[in-house]
Amino acid sequence: MITSAEKDHRNLSSAPFDVEKVREDFPALHQTVHGKPLVYLDNAATTQKPQAVLDALTNYYTHDNANIHRGVHELSQRATRRYEEARVKVKRFLNAADAHEIIFTRNATEGINLVAQTYGRKNFREGDEIIVSAMEHHANIVPWQMVCEEKGARLRVIPMNDNGELLLDEYEKLLGPRTKFVSVVHMSNALGTINPVQEIIAKARAWNVPVLIDGAQSAYHTPIDVQALDCDFFVFSGHKVYGPTGIGVLYGKAALLEAMPPYQGGGDMIRYVTFEKTLYNDLPYKFEAGTPHIAGGIGLGAAVDYLQSLGMEGLAAHEQDVLEYGTEALTQIPGLKLIGTAREKASVLSFVLEDIHPHDIGTVLDREGIAVRTGHHCAQPVMQRFGIPATARASLACYNTKAEIDALVRALHRVREVLG
Amino acid sequence: MSDLRDLYQEVILDHNKRPRNFGKLEEATRKAEGYNPLCGDQVTVYLKLKEGVIEDIRFEGSGCAISKASASLMTSALKGKTTEEAARLFTEFHDLVTGESEADPDELGKLAVFSGVREFPARVKCASLAWHTLHAALENQDEPVTTE
Repeated sequence: MITSAEKDHRNLSSAPFDVEKVREDFPALHQTVHGKPLVYLDNAATTQKPQAVLDALTNYYTHDNANIHRGVHELSQRATRRYEEARVKVKRFLNAADAHEIIFTRNATEGINLVAQTYGRKNFREGDEIIVSAMEHHANIVPWQMVCEEKGARLRVIPMNDNGELLLDEYEKLLGPRTKFVSVVHMSNALGTINPVQEIIAKARAWNVPVLIDGAQSAYHTPIDVQALDCDFFVFSGHKVYGPTGIGVLYGKAALLEAMPPYQGGGDMIRYVTFEKTLYNDLPYKFEAGTPHIAGGIGLGAAVDYLQSLGMEGLAAHEQDVLEYGTEALTQIPGLKLIGTAREKASVLSFVLEDIHPHDIGTVLDREGIAVRTGHHCAQPVMQRFGIPATARASLACYNTKAEIDALVRALHRVREVLG
Repeated sequence: MSDLRDLYQEVILDHNKRPRNFGKLEEATRKAEGYNPLCGDQVTVYLKLKEGVIEDIRFEGSGCAISKASASLMTSALKGKTTEEAARLFTEFHDLVTGESEADPDELGKLAVFSGVREFPARVKCASLAWHTLHAALENQDEPVTTE
């Protein structure tokens, strides 16, 4: 599925994957909602946090809290060390060549905006074309539209088939001398499709076009190796890999990042300031103006440590097992239609149920203690492609079980009872 | 289950399945569009006003059971009412679904079936979308209204 999956340098776990043991690591899972045990199936929106991440946040604020960089006192040095250690952990997590290619952002969205506003504004000209896919989250559409509008460039879209798979032949036809950038989602949040990004990148390479991979969904389901992928940029969000909200990562190849103008001005991103001129700092600090989310970075470091302690391969196999079980179980429900049936997919069970609106499904499921997301999932063009206003979406993480799928199925029968 | 039955009362399910006054009103004198960006619900309300009276009212659009039933029951309740009466009903209805203050059950009539909505804060906007859109139509606003 992911070509670099066999990289064992980041697969530190030797123990077999034990979901019941994993569940013990997540305090938020152990509660009742409306009197029923919580079944948390909204992981594509955000994941729950393991105790290790909560402890890292608490420890930082309890013992090490200080502003980082340039502080000569002990706490500042400790905080700086922890924050920069987190950067190295993320570098290992993505198998980047160097830690200074890891830029901390607020989230995946900010990573894309950063590239659009710096690389895009510097390099795009009138008549240029930017390629995205038909299954993008709004976060990988709007930032490009904004810079296209400013520069007179044009957004082109790789279409998909009825299963939710990109048409690579069409992609090849879109590529050409006008193409200046390709930005494609690794895994669709609305459909679960895992795109053949290695192939997408290789084809862009033939035209010497840089590629950004939106890994917001893929980073917690599949091992990522940015060097093996040979992508130019890769973004993801901390809160979807069991880390805190408000912290994300932009990976970029050093040569590209160095040639890009800064994103925001301020402290930390400078080397020398006078009122006449400012010298910018080196990577990664050039792109990290102001006091960053120090605790968030440290928490993210703990999250990727945790993921690697579970072992990404065992985790992915477990999730795939539950996904197949869920796909089979949901297909048995009369009137239920899965949206997104790609051969290569992970985690996501997006569906519609006869003429019952997803919002009503969500309300009934909530009363059964089941958390799903309903709506357009910030992917309105995907909904338009399938001719539906919205879907209900159950999305799996490492701690979900087949018993929870059974609970979902029972609750969906309830939905029909209540609204039938 | 009991609170779900309070939300999805028979009258609401009936109006969801068989919405009244559904479709375009050709001789409308006012029209407004409403949109709930959270769930994608959209509704268009058509009014035929004559000397301050709602002579006819229809709606079209798509949405969840609560928003569709609300639009259907709203149009049923408002036909023949004056614009002042409509505005007063809007206030009563808003009080009913938000629980911000006591609504008058006599004035609300059938609309009282939406009393269960207040226990479901995430659904208040579904119930009130048609009413906000009506308000925009009465005010003759051109911009689509949203619930945000």
